[in-house]
Amino acid sequence: MLKHVYLDNAATTPMAPEVIDTITKTMQDTFGNASTPNYFGRQARGILDQARLIIAQSIKAQPSEIIFTSGGSEGDNNAIISTALAQQHLGKHIISTSIEHEAVLKPLKYLESLGFEVTYLPVDKQGQINLDDFKNSLRSDTILVSVMMVNNEVGAINPLKKIGQLLQHHQAIFHTDAVQGYGSQSIDVNDLQVDLLTTSAHKINGPKMLGFLYERQGLKIPPLIRGGDQETKRRAGTENIPAIAGFAEAVKLNDAKSKLANNKRLLQYKQLLISQLAQQNVDFEINGPDISQAVPNILNLWIKGIPTSILQIKLDLAGFVISGGSACTAGSLEPSHVLQAMFGAQTPRINESIRISFNKFNQKDDILNFVQALTQIVRN
Amino acid sequence: MVKKRVVVGMSGGVDSSVSALLLKQQGYDVIGLFMKNWDDTDDSGVCTATEDYEDVAKVAQQIGIPYYSVNFEKEYWNRVFEYFLDEYKKGRTPNPDVMCNKEIKFRAFLDYALKLDADYIAMGHYAQIERDQSGLVHLLRGADANKDQTYFLSTVNQEQLQKSIFPIGHLQKPQVRQIAEQAGLATAKKKDSTGVCFIGERNFRKFLSEFLPAQPGKMLTPDGQEMGSHAGLMYYTIGQRSGLGLGGNSTSNDPWFVVGKDLKKNILYVDQGFDNPLLYANSLEASDISFIVPMPESKFHCTAKFRYRQKDTGVTVQLLDHGQVHVDFDEPVRAITPGQEVVFYQGQECLGGATINAAYSKKQQLQYV
Repeated sequence: MLKHVYLDNAATTPMAPEVIDTITKTMQDTFGNASTPNYFGRQARGILDQARLIIAQSIKAQPSEIIFTSGGSEGDNNAIISTALAQQHLGKHIISTSIEHEAVLKPLKYLESLGFEVTYLPVDKQGQINLDDFKNSLRSDTILVSVMMVNNEVGAINPLKKIGQLLQHHQAIFHTDAVQGYGSQSIDVNDLQVDLLTTSAHKINGPKMLGFLYERQGLKIPPLIRGGDQETKRRAGTENIPAIAGFAEAVKLNDAKSKLANNKRLLQYKQLLISQLAQQNVDFEINGPDISQAVPNILNLWIKGIPTSILQIKLDLAGFVISGGSACTAGSLEPSHVLQAMFGAQTPRINESIRISFNKFNQKDDILNFVQALTQIVRN
Repeated sequence: MVKKRVVVGMSGGVDSSVSALLLKQQGYDVIGLFMKNWDDTDDSGVCTATEDYEDVAKVAQQIGIPYYSVNFEKEYWNRVFEYFLDEYKKGRTPNPDVMCNKEIKFRAFLDYALKLDADYIAMGHYAQIERDQSGLVHLLRGADANKDQTYFLSTVNQEQLQKSIFPIGHLQKPQVRQIAEQAGLATAKKKDSTGVCFIGERNFRKFLSEFLPAQPGKMLTPDGQEMGSHAGLMYYTIGQRSGLGLGGNSTSNDPWFVVGKDLKKNILYVDQGFDNPLLYANSLEASDISFIVPMPESKFHCTAKFRYRQKDTGVTVQLLDHGQVHVDFDEPVRAITPGQEVVFYQGQECLGGATINAAYSKKQQLQYV
C-alpha cells in the first residue's frame, strides 16, 4: 500500500489527536443545547464559554467579541456583505486586494452587482500590495477595507498594522480574512486595529465547518444567518459544542510558544526543500516573497516546463499531495487569479506552478521523499 | 509484474464507465480522466460539464480508481471548433466528431495520457481492433451494428490505434447497460448524449448565429423560380427537408428538399421529391485520405459510408496525388454532402476515410456548395 505524504496543509490540516479526543469526549458527555436553561444546557454553556475565552485570548480580544460561524467563508460573507449593507448610508466604496480568497472576492462581486464600487489593490511580483496604492485609493466614501492577513497561495503577509494606522481616523471598517494567518501569525486585534477578523478551525488542526468572526465591541454588524438568539443575536443556529471544544483545544495546542517553534521548524523544511531542489538541478523559481518575508508553511513554486495538472496527477499517483490551484466545478484546474495578479495572464508560469504547504505533523523525511519524487518526475 | 497503465477517457456516460470497469476487472492500472473541452460557464460559475464530472467521480469511486479532470478547451477550440466554423463559412457541413477523435481524443488526450506514463488509452467507443502478425493494428466495426462508431474513428492513424484499447467494442449496447446495472454503476441508466457535444440540446441555428453572421438570400427552384428567401446557407444541408417553410405547389404535393447551394451567389436551391434526381450522385471527390493500414493498391473495390449509420454501398476507389481520391459508386447515392467523411470498409474492417469535396452525377459536378 502506498504511503501518502500530505503537503497541502493550506487547504486543510489533519485534526490533532488531542482535538479528536476532546471532541469525542464532549460528544459523549455533553449533548445539551447551550441556549436552554437546564442541567444539560448549562453543561454545554459552560464548555462554550470556556472555549470562547480561550479563543478570544488567542487574538487578545474579549470573549463577547467572538462569534462562532460555520467557517471562513461564512465569516467573510458576514463581515463583508453585512457591513456594506449596514454602512451604505456613509458611502458605497470598498477597498480590497486582487489576491483575496474567493470567499472574499465573491461577496465583493455580489456587492458590485448591488451598486457598490470596489477597488482591488494590485500586487507586485512578490505578491505584495503597495501602501501608497492603498492611500491613493482611500476616499471619504470608503466604508469597508478588506485585506487578507496571509495569502493562501503564495504566503505573502500583508501590512495590516500599517493599514490599521492609516484607517485610525477614517470611517471605513477594517476587515481581515485571517484564515491562512491564524495558524502562524501572532495576532493582537488592538495592535492591528482591525474591526473584523475571520478564521477557520480546520486550518489549525481543528474540525471542519467551524470558525469564528471577531467583531470589535460596539460594532453593530447585522447577522447573516437570522433565527434564534445564539451568539448574542449575531449568528443564529444551535452551537456545535463538541466541535467548538475541539477548536479551543486546537487553539491551545497552537499557542504563541508552539507557533514560534512550528514556524522555526517549518522554515527549515522550506529551506531544505528549496536547497534540495536546487541541488538536484530542478529548474524552478519561487512565486511569492523572499522566504524571510513569507509565512513558513506555504511555498509556491514554478516548476519550469511541466504543466501543473500533469505534475499534480503524477505526484498524487506517487503518493504526494500538493495543490495545483483551484478547480472548476468540472474538476479541471483554473489558472490562479493570484499568480495572474502577480505575473499577468500570458506567462507559462501560471500554468506550471504548484503550492506546497506544511504542517507541524510533517517530518523531514516527507520533504526529502517529496524532492526525490518531484525530481524523478521532472527528469522523466 | 508491473501492471499496464490505462488512462480511460471518462465522459460521465455509461459506455466509458463500463470500459473503465472492465479494464479494472482485467487487472490494468486504471486512471479515469474527464475531458473538459468546452467552456460553458455561466455568470454564477456553473458549467454544464459539472454533472458529467460528478458522474465520473461517482463511477470512479465505485470502481475504485483515481480520477482527474483535464482542460482541453484551448485545443478543442483551435483544432475542432475553428475547423467547424470554417467549414460552415464555406457552405459545407462539417463533422466535428470525426475531428474531435482525430485531434482531441486520440491526440491531445493521448499525449496527455502518455505524459502520465500510460501504456494505453481507452474510451467508450463501439469499435474493435485486431493486431496482425506484422504487428499492425486493424480497426473493425463494433459488434453492435446499430452503435458502430468506426465512421467517426476513420481518420485516427496507426500510431494512435497502437496505443488504444476498445473494451466494449465486442458488446451490444444492452449488454453494456446490463454490466453497468449489475455493478450498480451510477451511470447505468443515464440517457445517451445526442447531437454535437458542444451544442447539446440547444437550438442549433441560434448557437451557430452567435459565431457566424447569417446572410439571408434567395431560395430558387433549379429552373430559377423564386420560392422566397433562406435564413443563411449555413443552416441548410443537402437533402434536408425540414425548415424550408414551403407547402406543395399546384402541380404536386411532394415535399420540398434542399437540392443545391451556390455560396458565391448566396442562393439556396430547393426542389420537390425525396428522390429528386438532383440529390443523386454516382461518384465523388475527396481529400485528406487517411488509411489505418497502408493500402497496397491505388485502385480497389470496397464498400463505403457517406454519413454515420448509413448502410454500406459498393464503391471503386481510385487514389490520386496529394491525398486526393476519386470514388465511383456501384449504384447512385442520395445526398452526398461536402464536408462529411467518406469512410471505406472491407467486410468488417474499416480501412480509413477522406473528406468529401464534390459530388458528381454522370461526371457532372452537382452544385452543392
